[in-house]
Amino acid sequence: MLTIKNLHVKLEDEDKQILRGIDLTVPAGEVHAVMGPNGSGKSTLSYVLAGRGGYEVTEGEAHLGDVDLLDIEPEERAAAGLFLAFQYPVEIPGVGNMTFLRTAVNAQRKARGEEELSAGEFLKVIRAKAKDLKIDAEMLKRPVNVGFSGGEKKRNEILQMAMLEPKMCILDETDSGLDVDAMKLVSEGVNALRDPNRGFLVITHYQRLLDHIKPDVVHIMAGGRIIKSGGPELAIEVEVNGYADILEGTS
Amino acid sequence: MVVDARKITTDERLAALTLPSGGGWLGAARKNALGRLQAVGLPTRRDEYWRYTNPAPFNRATPAQGAGGPGEDPFAGMDAYVITIDGDALDLPDGAPDGVEINTLSQAAEADIHWARDLYATLEAAGSRPVSRPFAMLNSAFATGGLAIRVTGPVARPIHIRTIGGTDPILHHLIKVDADASVTVLESGSAGARSNIVTEVDVADTAAFHHIRMQGPDATQQIDTHLFARLGRRATFKSFTLSANVQLTRNEAILEIVGDDASAHVGGAAFGRGDFHHDDTVFVTHGALNGESRQVFKKVLRDGATGVFQGKILVREGAQKTDGYQISQALLLDDDAQFLAKPELEIYADDVACSHGSTTGAIDETALFYLRSRGVPKRVATDLLVLSFMAEAVEEIADEDLRAHIGAVLADWLSRH
Ligand SMILES: Nc1ncnc2c1ncn2[C@@H]1O[C@H](COP(=O)(O)OP(=O)(O)O)[C@@H](O)[C@H]1O
Ligand SMILES: [Mg+2]
Repeated sequence: MLTIKNLHVKLEDEDKQILRGIDLTVPAGEVHAVMGPNGSGKSTLSYVLAGRGGYEVTEGEAHLGDVDLLDIEPEERAAAGLFLAFQYPVEIPGVGNMTFLRTAVNAQRKARGEEELSAGEFLKVIRAKAKDLKIDAEMLKRPVNVGFSGGEKKRNEILQMAMLEPKMCILDETDSGLDVDAMKLVSEGVNALRDPNRGFLVITHYQRLLDHIKPDVVHIMAGGRIIKSGGPELAIEVEVNGYADILEGTS
Repeated sequence: MVVDARKITTDERLAALTLPSGGGWLGAARKNALGRLQAVGLPTRRDEYWRYTNPAPFNRATPAQGAGGPGEDPFAGMDAYVITIDGDALDLPDGAPDGVEINTLSQAAEADIHWARDLYATLEAAGSRPVSRPFAMLNSAFATGGLAIRVTGPVARPIHIRTIGGTDPILHHLIKVDADASVTVLESGSAGARSNIVTEVDVADTAAFHHIRMQGPDATQQIDTHLFARLGRRATFKSFTLSANVQLTRNEAILEIVGDDASAHVGGAAFGRGDFHHDDTVFVTHGALNGESRQVFKKVLRDGATGVFQGKILVREGAQKTDGYQISQALLLDDDAQFLAKPELEIYADDVACSHGSTTGAIDETALFYLRSRGVPKRVATDLLVLSFMAEAVEEIADEDLRAHIGAVLADWLSRH
């Protein structure tokens, strides 16, 4: 599903290399976790895949199915089935959450040549999905992420993901700023979307999220490279010993 | 010999105009206004008040170009009492709502005794001090038509003044809202290649006046408006203007609070590209206790468009507990566009809270990426961020349905922009 080969990325305006040859494949139906110390380049990887400006790919490639991600605009990547749940969801005053979501859902449908959802149809779908995430009508009406608590913002990201039904979901530190209850809600939302045709790349600093969202494969990232990959036990190892041991073992 | 540019300009402009016939109170008011205009002359680029907007297009004897079409009706489908002013033709249709008496200006002028007599050019003349407003004087002298609207009670349906046609109309409206009365006045239409519209609004004690004005979209037009208002005790005044791609606009609002506990709000959202030039000039005077005023103006500019905001809050001696707020912001969608702002406070009372702010910014790249990452195309995402930026101004519209309506029109105009 997602294939990343030898990806090198630097800052566009600075001579600063951030990703130094990432190789990563997430097959459909699997959940891969990426763990690593702060500053190792996890968010950068997610941004570059989603198409954020400010970065320059100096080498390598990234495909979603047979779509060359690096060759197309962010909105085209989304329509192709890529979704990024942001580490820091953005506030957009004056634009209703619902308006935003309907615009997004219909823009993607249009790009894929599908019929747009009517207001009524859309409302029916979103109400059901919002309920599962304990998002009330009031939160749907409010401007996008404005005045939302940390947990509400993250739940709102999962709601977007559920509405957009992407093929490949990247979650960047979705657990940060969540208390235990919110973590459960968010994890349930993610687990409900697990599907043989869908892949997940779950970026996290801590192991605890992976107790709820069980990964098939865990990758450890440091210094812009994946330095170790393994099964779920690798996450436990990080939890117990920290990153230091693994870093030393590879250096 | 020193050539006086101001005098030449004024003489040339006046030579192309004739005082409408008729004596009576209106004739006297016209002559008075002409005298005041001749005393100050038309503005030049060197005048402080016209530093950011070149008055030349308004000074020309005839407009530089032909008019566009009448434009669409942005209030179509709304239950309102519509008065259409087509060039000089002004017919008052039947079915005026309860609580309001409407005359044309010429009807009012024919009566020896008419309330309009005490309002015509009164707020205009008072509002021309300390800054002179020559185009408003010119309007008072040469107005070719207008409406005299007397509001005697709460009016349920909005009154929609739709101004179309003509080549160079000069219109003068009078609105008097009696104690405890309230009204919503809507304005729309693309009148002439150039238009000069003065509206004087007298809002009595405990009366309420709501005003929504739509300018554009896409008119090859030069618009010069003055909105004068006087507010009595516990009076409410709220005016909002949406303006899209009109070539040149100068909207002046001159509001004076004379009664205690009154509230005056004026706001606008404007967007345009290319040779779009939009000027909001506001002068709010607090002359009574516990007054509250807000000025909220947002402009979205691209491809060399220019936005201007000159806003002043004057708090007179003794106008204690005044709460004055002013914000003017521009969103520049590219490097060519420019926003020129001159916010001013002049305060002679010691127990007041006044604040003003002005900002110029570009589109938030992080927000743009966020929207695009959800599949929203760049153009649509930009429009959403423009709406987001405009929202604070649109929020100024008190009526929920009207606010939703204007929000939808704004979104529609943007999407076609
Ligand atoms: N836009 C940027 N400007 C400057 N430095 C950046 C930018 N994006 C990332 N970096 C730097 O790249 C490195 C990796 O950052 P990031 O991808 O956020 O790491 P992580 O998500 O693993 O904590 C850090 O040193 C960070 O400071
Ligand atoms: Mg990060």
